[in-house]
Formats: sequence, structure tokens, C-alpha cells
Amino acid sequence: MESVEYSPNTPLEYQSETGRLNILGFWIFLGAEIALFSTLFATYLVLVGRTAGGPGPGELFEISGVLIETFLLLTSSFTCGLAIHYMRNHSLKGLFLWLGITLALGLGFLGFEIYEFVHYIHEGAALTTSAYWSAFFVLVGTHGAHVTMGIAWIILILIQLKQRGLTPDTTRKVFISSLYWHFLDVVWIFIFTAVYLYGMVM
Amino acid sequence: MSNNEQTNSHSHFPWSHLIGFGLSIFLTLLALWVGFASDFSLRTIMIIVVILALIQAAIQLLMFMHITESDSSRIQVGTILYAVFIAVAVVAGTIWVMSFGMHNMNM
Repeated sequence: MESVEYSPNTPLEYQSETGRLNILGFWIFLGAEIALFSTLFATYLVLVGRTAGGPGPGELFEISGVLIETFLLLTSSFTCGLAIHYMRNHSLKGLFLWLGITLALGLGFLGFEIYEFVHYIHEGAALTTSAYWSAFFVLVGTHGAHVTMGIAWIILILIQLKQRGLTPDTTRKVFISSLYWHFLDVVWIFIFTAVYLYGMVM
Repeated sequence: MSNNEQTNSHSHFPWSHLIGFGLSIFLTLLALWVGFASDFSLRTIMIIVVILALIQAAIQLLMFMHITESDSSRIQVGTILYAVFIAVAVVAGTIWVMSFGMHNMNM
């Protein structure tokens, strides 16, 4: 596999064996992440209704805040895809611009989520209030922790891009972090559906 | 190398991203409508919105993450499908098993 021929059109991140294996390895990691989140979803869904006499989701969830978070993250997933598009057209400027927008939207999402959590705690629904809220904060909080991690990761990659430019190494890192970022939106789709929609419709 | 085929499209306008984004917004709004404006039962609503969520996840995987673009796309798709199977087994299995004790508890 050493001297595989590739056309000059092959994206930089796929041009080395290491790059290809890293990307494949990351897909396998994402498979494990799906399994991890499925256990948190299972726990949450079993504990729906176990509010121990405290507030329930229907009383606290607000559609406007949830929609803002959803569209911030969805749009950031889109702009992250555009960043990869520009990277593959060898446009470092376009990559910086769209990754920067992605980060800003991600930070906006995180801000709204922190505000939402603080709001719930003020309303008397904290991690220790009931089994239901424990499951809620662990599930949504784990996703939020992933987003935080993704933002930090992408910032570090941006610094490296600034220093080294577009190389097979840096493009691979950008591409893998973009997979991670899209994946966070995929998880959010299910949080939006199983936690917020379900909680408000119930 | 199958890499070569998809790469020529890179200089074009990113239509697949734009279409994927549009579809995602549409599916999100449709799920909202089904949830709040339709007359379906809770059970029907949940079945529909979960299906909508799965479609949206597939759009992300195919149109944003390009799961099928590399030479190892079969392994990638296989891994994700296997992970989805695990997730469905864990979630549905847990809900099913835990439902047996439900009538003993005050919801």
C-alpha cells in the first residue's frame, strides 16, 4: 500500500496511508460514541416521569430556547462542511473564515445551553433534584462537554493551520475534527427529538 | 482509487451541503409541526419524529460527513450501521425490560 497512486485531485487528507487510516479509525471511534450516547438515552428514557414530586420537563422546557440551540448547532454543522469544501479547494482563507463562523456558532450554542441549565437550577431542577433531572443533565451535559471539547480542539487546529498551512497532516486533522463536529449535531438531533420534543409533547 | 471520482466536484458550488442544510431545517420544522400542531396520538407522534430524526442523521452522514467518499467507505458504513444496531438494541431493550415493573410504581 506504500506507493498507492492517487490523482492530484485526491484531497490532501487522503493522500497518505496514515491519513486514510486515521480517518477510518475516527469513524470507528464515532461508532463507539454512538454506543456511549445510546446508554445515556436509554437511561434518560427509562427515567422520564421519575421527578420525585419536583418539576417536570413540560413545566421548564421552552421551545424558543431549544430552537435557537438547535438552529445554532445545525448551522454550525453546515458551515463546518463549507470549511471542508474550501479546504479541498486549497483556500486557507475560506477554511479560516468558515471554521471561525463554526466556532462562533458553537460558542453561541454553548452559551444558550449554559443559560438554560442555570435557568433550570434556579427553577429548582438541579442534578440532584430527581432521577429524571439527573438523567437529563448527564445526557445533555455529556453532549455539551463534547461540544466544549470540539471547540477547544478546533481552536488548537486553527493555530496549527496558521503556523503550517495546508499540508496532508493539517488537512487530516481539520477533516477529522469536522467529522466530530458533524457527529455532535447528529447526537443533538436525537436530543432534540427524544428529550425536548418528547418532553414538551408528553 | 475511488477517491478520484468524487474529487473533481470540489471546485463547484457546494450544492450537496446547501441541499443537506435545507433538508435538515425542513425536517426539524416538520418534526415541530408533527409534535405541536398535528392531532396524532403521542405514540404516533413519537414514531414519526424518531423516523424524521433518523432521516436527518442519514443526511448529515451522507451529505455533510461524506461517509461514502473514501476507499474504506464500506467499513465506515458497516461500523456506523453496526453502532446504530447496538444503539437501537440498547435503547429499545432497556425501555422494554424496564416496562415490566412500571405498573408497580407511581409515575
